[in-house]
Amino acid sequence: MAGMTTTARQNGLATLAPRLAVAGLLWLAAYSLLPAAADFVTYRLLGLAPASQLGSAVGFFLYDVPKILLLLALIVFAVGIVRSFFTPERTRRALGGKREGVGNVLAAGLGIVTPFCSCSAVPLFLGFVESGVPLGVTFSFLIAAPMINEVAVVLLFGMFGWRVAALYIGTGLAIAITAGWVIGRLGLERYVADWVYELRLGRAALPDERRTWNDRVAYAWQAVRDIVGKVWPYVVVGIAVGAAIHGYVPEDFMAGIMGKKAWWSVPVAVLVGIPMYANAAGIIPIVQALMEKGAALGTVLAFMMAVIALSLPEVIILRRVLKWQLIAVFLGVVGTGIILVGYLFNWVLAV
Amino acid sequence: MLGSGCASCKRLEALAREVVGELEVPAEIEKVTDFKQIMSYGILATPGLVIDGEVKSAGRIPNKAELSSWITSARAAQQA
Repeated sequence: MAGMTTTARQNGLATLAPRLAVAGLLWLAAYSLLPAAADFVTYRLLGLAPASQLGSAVGFFLYDVPKILLLLALIVFAVGIVRSFFTPERTRRALGGKREGVGNVLAAGLGIVTPFCSCSAVPLFLGFVESGVPLGVTFSFLIAAPMINEVAVVLLFGMFGWRVAALYIGTGLAIAITAGWVIGRLGLERYVADWVYELRLGRAALPDERRTWNDRVAYAWQAVRDIVGKVWPYVVVGIAVGAAIHGYVPEDFMAGIMGKKAWWSVPVAVLVGIPMYANAAGIIPIVQALMEKGAALGTVLAFMMAVIALSLPEVIILRRVLKWQLIAVFLGVVGTGIILVGYLFNWVLAV
Repeated sequence: MLGSGCASCKRLEALAREVVGELEVPAEIEKVTDFKQIMSYGILATPGLVIDGEVKSAGRIPNKAELSSWITSARAAQQA
């Protein structure tokens, strides 16, 4: 029996490998031909002058939209394969009985790789807390999972390069770990809605599904279709607005408002960002264009983190299981962390 | 059907109705949006699908083939 499954799995991989290789080559070809193709369309087909405002805006748009979509498809696929090895059930088992500290680090890390959708935040929260995962550790997970998502990372990588993307992941993890740890230290269990601890969880839900490589590829491909299908209009609109700023807004326009010298810009950016609920895909291209016009990296990162990690809809969902005091602490601790990251980038690390 | 009304939950509901209609089985589809009730099934992610009290899937939208095989076998179990 066991032998049969192994051969079946190997066969699956053997038929998959050539197809994946072809897809990979096509992807590489498209990606490497892109700059030439975008230039050709902009300057030859449309006959725009490279130095003109319109030419620079259109060239930027025609190059960046396909580039970001290609990167997005690749990374979402890769992340989908990784995520097919993780389930919320498995993550909960890994976190159960872990002490704070180690638990916070593990939870933040697992937050990146466990499949998560903010609409599942409440069942996940209840399931974790009920099964004995400490409150702070649960928060580390709930902060990292939406903040460090593949769409944000791809856009940062595509528009700012790998250093900024890596800094975002690193500081995002640091915020999730410390904020969760602080919330745990504060002993806020009494501010969880009363019914939560009286709840009796059903046990023995789903058996772990055994996945073949075929299933994993199908799962990852489904993720690509779902995410790219949902996100592409935001990418197009965001890059169009970014392209307009790129072509038409004068240099240093943003320096006074979002530049390094304006110390108040980081907290303001965070305060403005919390109620905003925008897709990373729409916000990052605009933010990149603003940076070109003199906005500081720290301010821009703080704004993005606030938009992505803290959002009004999520707070409203969490309000059903948390009392407002705990929500306020959650917003306060994470918001402070984001502000510190903003200053760190503006003043300490001049990238 | 367990879910808080997110987009995937609605898609799962529509799909389940479609499959039930195609198979022409007499089935009652109930949507549970209360978190206490949802959690009594022990799932960690929505949408969840429960057939005759048994959790079939959670956190994903099963495909049509899976759905119809679950429904058919649940029906066979009922008749036996």
